[in-house]
Amino acid sequence: MSAQIFPRNANAFVWVSIIGLVALIGATVAALIGLYLSPWYTDVGVPKAQPVPFSHKHHVDQLKIDCRYCHATVERAAHAGFPSTDTCMSCHSQVWTNSPLLQPVRDSYRTGDPILWRRIYDLPDFVYFNHSVHVAKGIGCASCHGRIDQQHLAAKAQPLFMGWCLGCHRNPEENVRPRDEVFNMAFDPLSLPLEERVQLVEAYQIPTDGRLTNCYVCHR
Amino acid sequence: MAQPSRTWIGSRLARMAWLPLCLLLVACHVDMYDQPRYQPNQTSAFFSDGRAMRPPVENTVAMGSFDPNSPLLTGKVNGELTAELPVELTAELLEHGRTRYNAYCAPCHGLAGDGNGVIAYRGDMQVPSLHQDRLRTVAIGYFFDVITNGINRMYSYAARIPPEDRWAVAAYVRALQLSQFANVNDLSAEERQQLGVTGRVE
Ligand code: HEC
Ligand code: HEC
Ligand code: HEC
Ligand code: HEC
Ligand code: HEC
Ligand code: HEC
Repeated sequence: MSAQIFPRNANAFVWVSIIGLVALIGATVAALIGLYLSPWYTDVGVPKAQPVPFSHKHHVDQLKIDCRYCHATVERAAHAGFPSTDTCMSCHSQVWTNSPLLQPVRDSYRTGDPILWRRIYDLPDFVYFNHSVHVAKGIGCASCHGRIDQQHLAAKAQPLFMGWCLGCHRNPEENVRPRDEVFNMAFDPLSLPLEERVQLVEAYQIPTDGRLTNCYVCHR
Repeated sequence: MAQPSRTWIGSRLARMAWLPLCLLLVACHVDMYDQPRYQPNQTSAFFSDGRAMRPPVENTVAMGSFDPNSPLLTGKVNGELTAELPVELTAELLEHGRTRYNAYCAPCHGLAGDGNGVIAYRGDMQVPSLHQDRLRTVAIGYFFDVITNGINRMYSYAARIPPEDRWAVAAYVRALQLSQFANVNDLSAEERQQLGVTGRVE
C-alpha cells in the first residue's frame, strides 16, 4: 500500500470548500439581483433635489390643479413635457410673489433661461414610449406614476422594467379605466368589476391578441 | 479508471466559460442607454441656456398655423372680433370645452365662472366674474382673443390650448353664462314645477 499523500480529513476539506464555493456564488448572485431591484439602483421612492422645491401634493392634491395645466401635451404627444416658466408665472406673478423659494422661477422669467428640472422617469434611449396612446386608451397617470399627488418632491413609483410594461400589455383589463377618470389620481381601476373592465378594453379597441407584446412595439 | 470523465468535465467547464462574462456585460450597456442624440426635454452642455429643445426663432410660425384671413385661427372677420363660432356647435364640442375649461380656467375663474376658483381664494387674487353684462353680450371672438393673447394680469394660454380647443372653451363659457342667467320661461313645464313656479314670469 502506497503512502497516503493527503491526510484523511482532506475529504472533508474538499466538501467544505465545494459547498462553500457554491454558497458564495449563490449569495453573490442573490446580492446582485437584490441590488438590481433595490432603490439604490432603481431610484424607486427616492426623491431628487430640484432647482425649485415644487410640490405636487400642494398643487395637485390641495389646489386641485389638473395635470394638463402643466403637462399640457400629454394627450396629444409622446411626451408629457415640463411646464414652462410662463406656466408657473401665470399664477406666481400674483400669488406668493415674495416667496424666496420661487426666486429661481422669477430669475428664469426675467432672463429667459429655462429651469432645468431633473428627470425622475427616464427610459433607456432604445425604448419607444408614447403618452397619448395610453391616455386615449384609458390608462390613468396613477397606474404608472403612482400617487404623485401625495408626494411633496416627486419620486419614482416604478423601476420601469420591461417585464412591468409587458405585464400590462398582456392584461390591459387589470389597469383600464373609463377615459374621464384618467386624470383622477384617487380612482382605483380594480374597484370596477372585471366584466366592466373587459368591456372597456373592447370599447377602446385595445388589441388582446398578443400584438402588444411584439418587440417592435417598444424597440423600433 | 475514471479517465474519460476528466475530459468530459473539462469540456463542460470550457462550455460554461461564458457565464462569468455575463456579469461583465451588465456593466457595459450604458452606451445604448444614453445614445449620442438628444431626447425631448433633455439638457445640453452645448447650448448656453442648457436646453436641447431649441425655442423657435422669433416670428416664425408652424406650417398651417398662420392665416390672417381665417376666423378659426385669428378670431376675427375683417379685423372685427367674430360674433359667430367658426366651428360647428355640437354636444361633443361643449363637453370637450368643459374638460378644457375645468383644467385651464377653473383654478382661477371657478367651476361656474364666478371668479372664485381655488387659486383666487387661496392666493387672494382678484378674478373678474364671467357673468358680467358686458361679457354676456360681447362677441364670442372676444373669449378666443383673451385665451390667445391674455389680458392685463391674465397670461396667454395659446401655447397650451390649440385653436380648436380655444373655440370649445369659448362655446362652453357661453353655456356657463346661460346656466347662470337662464330665463324661467325657457324651462319646460316639469322643470318649472320643480322650482315651484307656475305660469309665465315677467
Ligand atoms: C402646477 C404645475 C403641475 C401640475 C398641475 C402637475 N405637475 Fe407634474 N410636474 C411639474 C413640475 C414642475 C415637474 C418637475 C419637477 C419634479 O419632478 O417635481 C413635474 C414632474 C412630474 C413628473 C416626473 C417627471 C420626470 O420624469 O421628471 C411626473 C410623473 C408628473 N409630474 C406627473 C404629474 C401628474 C400625474 C399630474 C396630475 C395629477 C401632475 N404632474 C400635475 C408640474 C406640475
Ligand atoms: C394655478 C396656479 C399655480 C400654478 C400654475 C403654480 N402654482 Fe405654485 N403655488 C400656487 C399657490 C396658490 C401656492 C400657495 C399654496 C398654499 O400654501 O396655499 C403655491 C405655492 C408654491 C410654492 C411654495 C411657496 C412657499 O413659499 O411656500 C412653490 C415652491 C411653488 N408654488 C412652485 C411652483 C412652480 C415651480 C410652478 C410651475 C411649475 C408653480 N408653482 C405653478 C399656485 C400655483
Ligand atoms: C403607461 C404608463 C404611463 C402612463 C399611463 C403615464 N405615464 Fe408619464 N411617463 C411614463 C414613462 C415610461 C415615462 C418616461 C418617458 C421617457 O423616458 O421617455 C414618463 C414620463 C413622464 C413625464 C416626464 C416628461 C416626459 O414627457 O417624458 C411626465 C411629466 C409624465 N410622464 C406625466 C404623466 C401624466 C400627467 C400622465 C397622465 C395623463 C402620465 N404621465 C401617464 C409612463 C406613463
Ligand atoms: C397600465 C398598463 C400599461 C403599461 C404599464 C404600459 N402600457 Fe403601453 N399600452 C397600454 C395600452 C392599453 C396600449 C394601447 C394599445 C392599443 O390600443 O393600440 C398601449 C400601447 C403602447 C404603445 C403603442 C402601441 C401601438 O403600436 O399602437 C407603446 C409604444 C407602448 N404602449 C409602450 C409601453 C412601454 C415602453 C411601457 C413601459 C415603460 C408601457 N407601454 C407600459 C397599456 C400599458
Ligand atoms: C411594452 C414594451 C416592450 C416590449 C413589447 C419589449 N420590450 Fe424590451 N425593453 C422594454 C423596456 C422598457 C426596457 C428597458 C428596461 C430597463 O431599463 O431595465 C427594455 C429592455 C430590453 C433589453 C435590454 C435589457 C438590458 O438591460 O440591457 C432587451 C435585450 C430587450 N428589451 C429585448 C426585447 C425583446 C427581444 C422583446 C420581444 C420579445 C422586447 N424586448 C419587447 C420594453 C419592451
Ligand atoms: C391664473 C389665473 C387665471 C386663469 C387660469 C385664467 N384666467 Fe382669465 N382672468 C384672470 C384674471 C386675473 C383676469 C383679470 C385680468 C385683468 O383685467 O387684469 C382674467 C380675465 C378674464 C376675462 C375677462 C376679460 C374682461 O374683459 O374683463 C375672460 C373672458 C377670461 N379671463 C377668460 C379666461 C379663460 C377662457 C380661461 C381659460 C382658458 C382663463 N381666463 C384662465 C385670471 C385667470
